[in-house]
Amino acid sequence: MPNAIEIQDISKRFGPAWALEHVDALVPSGQVVGLLGHNGAGKSTLIKLVLGLIEPTSGTVRVLGASTAGAPGRRLRARVGYLPENVAFYGNLSGREVLRYLALLKGAGADQPDEFLERLGLAHAADRRVHTYSKGMRQRLGLAQALLGDPELLLFDEPTAGLDPMATMDFFELVGRLRAQGRTVLISSHVLAELEPHLDRAVILGHGEVLGQGTVAGMREAAGLPTTIAVRFAGAINGFLHEDWLSRLAVGTRVREPQVVELDVRPGDKMAVVRRLMETSSLVDIEVKEPTLARLHATVGTEHTGAAGRQK
Amino acid sequence: MNSVLAVAGKEFRDDFRNRWAIAITLLFAVLALGIAYFGAATSGRVGFTSFDATIASLTTLAAFVVPLISLLIAYDTVVGERSSGTLLLLLSYPLSRTALATGKYLGHSLVLVVATVVGFGAAVAVIQLLSPAARSLTAWVDMGGFMLSASLLGASFVGVACLISVATRDKSRAAGLALLTWFGLVVLFDLLLLAVLVASGGNAVERAVYPYLLLLNPIDVFRLVNLSALGGGAGNEMFLAMNGGHAYNAVILYAVLLAWAVGPFALALLTFRRQEV
Repeated sequence: MPNAIEIQDISKRFGPAWALEHVDALVPSGQVVGLLGHNGAGKSTLIKLVLGLIEPTSGTVRVLGASTAGAPGRRLRARVGYLPENVAFYGNLSGREVLRYLALLKGAGADQPDEFLERLGLAHAADRRVHTYSKGMRQRLGLAQALLGDPELLLFDEPTAGLDPMATMDFFELVGRLRAQGRTVLISSHVLAELEPHLDRAVILGHGEVLGQGTVAGMREAAGLPTTIAVRFAGAINGFLHEDWLSRLAVGTRVREPQVVELDVRPGDKMAVVRRLMETSSLVDIEVKEPTLARLHATVGTEHTGAAGRQK
Repeated sequence: MNSVLAVAGKEFRDDFRNRWAIAITLLFAVLALGIAYFGAATSGRVGFTSFDATIASLTTLAAFVVPLISLLIAYDTVVGERSSGTLLLLLSYPLSRTALATGKYLGHSLVLVVATVVGFGAAVAVIQLLSPAARSLTAWVDMGGFMLSASLLGASFVGVACLISVATRDKSRAAGLALLTWFGLVVLFDLLLLAVLVASGGNAVERAVYPYLLLLNPIDVFRLVNLSALGGGAGNEMFLAMNGGHAYNAVILYAVLLAWAVGPFALALLTFRRQEV
């Protein structure tokens, strides 16, 4: 099974509004894939379609090689773990009771609730009622329930929203372990910068349409975004901006501070610019910033006018 | 099946956890004992007197209380989880909507059955202990019929509550609808029937149809089951006179009550299955 999720020409309409239009997307098995897009781009709708919680208006979804509809789709959900956006639990139950109930429903082993409470650092709070949990603890309980039954495919909807940096780091460590175990992980987010280093592939959604998908490096290259080099001088910049190699090699220049200037250069010209900079006498420091998916996302996001809310 | 039991078990335990179940059980026991002891106070006596009169009074009371309690413990069973967000999580599990709703229905219904049997059963035991005259098998048989019909009445309204719970989008609306339903079936329905009867003077057609109209309300069916079992002389002449002395068959009455226990819940299932998340 090469692809954990195959989405073909999916459209989904809620009343008169189209949430998704002609979406094609692939999630290869064993990879960590980001589902990126602004709020309202259709990320959660796509995840609910993958879970079979809603049915597409047209198109097909295949998950782990099977259809998501009906009783087979229900059995399929035993092999999928899902962390909803803003996960909610029964506040009047303890963390342990919540996980025991959910483990029963998932057909997971009876030892898993305690094991996952321990592994996610909730053992000390296992017998406290969930309504006393902090946002971070609830999110970790959410991760624990997603892992029940050792699913092959994990769907995390905005998993890092509202988490502090430590908790976010813990989360990506967990994702790394899941990848090492050969599981497939789909993470939706609108915070691209923190997600990017952890992804194999990305699917970018905007206004219900796929704006781009592929490997992160491939998408960067295809977009041809410039590399940015920040240059700091000992004194004033003055004459530097008028050097004629600069106007040849840099596609853009911005003065950030009196001593700092940022140069946008095409990927192929990067080394030539760096060599020239080394010959400049008053140079103190340079910083090379490769284009990030976040910037790519900002670019593609603004280039397209979407279909959201358009009525048919 | 396992998931139905898991859900039913959770709902059942939740009702105990939030003290509902215990409060209802105590309420039933206290009502039964109070009515048994003070029931004859109007005739100038207190103490455990006629067991039939006790059941007749209990029937009148249970007809108000059991539907109300059933609606209150179950009205938010689906809409509550929907608005808190846990419904989305549950439906992402390998669990069908039918199994989820059935588990909830069974769990809450079982709470009412347990409260009825334990609450009223304890009361009968106390009455028998204190009053030698009541120590008879018939007392237990009558009480058994009462408990069975009260349980079915409870299940009917848990089913109605489930229907309200899946059909509404927020908790306050569900609560309002539950109270309206209670008021409609407990008070308005009988008043309406009486008004029709009085206004028309009761022609032959109405006299023939009227006894069957009562079957449209589970509360009236519950009353009929218990009061016609007791017959006259237990302070229920007025109610029995209302339906023109129509002879009801106990088996049919129980069948109608069973249909009420299943019907609204089946409708709730159909509604729930057709919904998106």
